[in-house]
Amino acid sequence: MSAPLLPPIGMLAELTHRCPLQCPYCSNPTELLKANRELDTETWLALFDQAADLGVLQVHLSGGEPTLRRDLEQLVSGLSRRGVYTNLITAGVGIAEGRIEALAKAGLDHLQLSFQGARAATTARIGNLQGSHEKKLETARRARAAGLPLTINAPIHRHNIEEVPEFIELALSLGAERLEIANVQYAGWALVNRDALMPDRASVERQAEIVEAARERLTGIMNIDFVPPDYFATYPKPCMGGWARDAFMVAPDGTVLPCHAAQTIPSLTFEQFGSRTLAEIWADSPAFNAFRGTDWMLEPCRSCERREIDWGGCRCQAMAIAGDAAATDPACIKSPLHARMTAVATSGRPAGDVAPGDEGFVYRRIGADPQQTSPAPLKPDPALTA
Amino acid sequence: MTALRERAMVSPQAVPALPKHVRIQYDPVRQAFAVLSPENVFWPNEISLEILRRCDGHSPIDRIVADLTREYNAPEEDVAADVNAFLQEWSDKLLVKL
Repeated sequence: MSAPLLPPIGMLAELTHRCPLQCPYCSNPTELLKANRELDTETWLALFDQAADLGVLQVHLSGGEPTLRRDLEQLVSGLSRRGVYTNLITAGVGIAEGRIEALAKAGLDHLQLSFQGARAATTARIGNLQGSHEKKLETARRARAAGLPLTINAPIHRHNIEEVPEFIELALSLGAERLEIANVQYAGWALVNRDALMPDRASVERQAEIVEAARERLTGIMNIDFVPPDYFATYPKPCMGGWARDAFMVAPDGTVLPCHAAQTIPSLTFEQFGSRTLAEIWADSPAFNAFRGTDWMLEPCRSCERREIDWGGCRCQAMAIAGDAAATDPACIKSPLHARMTAVATSGRPAGDVAPGDEGFVYRRIGADPQQTSPAPLKPDPALTA
Repeated sequence: MTALRERAMVSPQAVPALPKHVRIQYDPVRQAFAVLSPENVFWPNEISLEILRRCDGHSPIDRIVADLTREYNAPEEDVAADVNAFLQEWSDKLLVKL
């Protein structure tokens, strides 16, 4: 049943946790690292060299806000020399004049720019920064002028789900090749803010129809990638394409992780780049091997015909909701907790039913660890587990 | 509709090219040619690779078809149908410019 170990294709490098925005659904851990914990330039470059040797073909440079790293041009250039495809994932605010051009010159292949809203007021409110929308528009303009291909990323939740048609128009007007309509994944900060962010089912269904129609209408003009919301799903998503299957990520301090939220699984310990090589960690780390392939699966996953389609879904969601990282992802209809997860989702208020300023967000801030306010796992229904 | 582009359609005179965000690269680790794009890595088969290599921004589709017809000693209409279908699909995904 064990498949041979393949080399990783993709790597997400979270260069820093520092960020000018405070989005309440940030995928960074709730315990954010300060600047003094970040790897230095030489270490990142050594790590990138090892990643390229190992078979990594694409590196997504993210954060926090990666452009806060003054050495970003050097890092891009190091990757570019090795032929690695580089994708910059930026919030696009506070980027100094000339920097986008310098990054393009250093060999940057693609830029992904987030918009918290399609309207300026929404962007400012969600990221908690006035004037951010206008700065993002300027970043998009500069990226196009520098000849960089552009993806617009729109994280979707209750407070902007009605803006989906406007997001599509915005991305078109900016000349983007690609638009991601990505429903928020409820891990990390988004789990803390789940009740404030969860959309209602009618809005989710309307959104799916709008995206489907736009995809057809915009064939050959703009690609639209749609990440549907787990809480309204029938089957789970193949999180990261399968745990430690073809991608991994590195935190600002060099901790090598199978995914964003892996550190929420208390039974796992993760290794840091430098104490071992990337190749050793990829192949031998107990945390990477814990949920790799299908051998770890319990029923109903173990005998499921979809086990190599969704790879058991998200281990961190299983941890957060079922209280057991080896459980079936409750997004799956076969999970005993599926109905209760759906109930959590459908208890949400309708979109637009909350006055501005009254969202109840716990904004993402370094030093403010709100872990104790995360929702507790759902208790298994005794009738189902007896 | 504020789109800055229109959908491109294949024609014998269209000149395909790879856009800036797409590149073909030999991967020494897997010993295969990869097509790198913003979110995906593709592993083209031999014929797809032969078509993509000819998307050089100079050769019109009819010349690519003639070239491959000679190379593979195959009926021209079959080659044309395959090349057109492939390039339309890749153009629709914005992986090839026409």
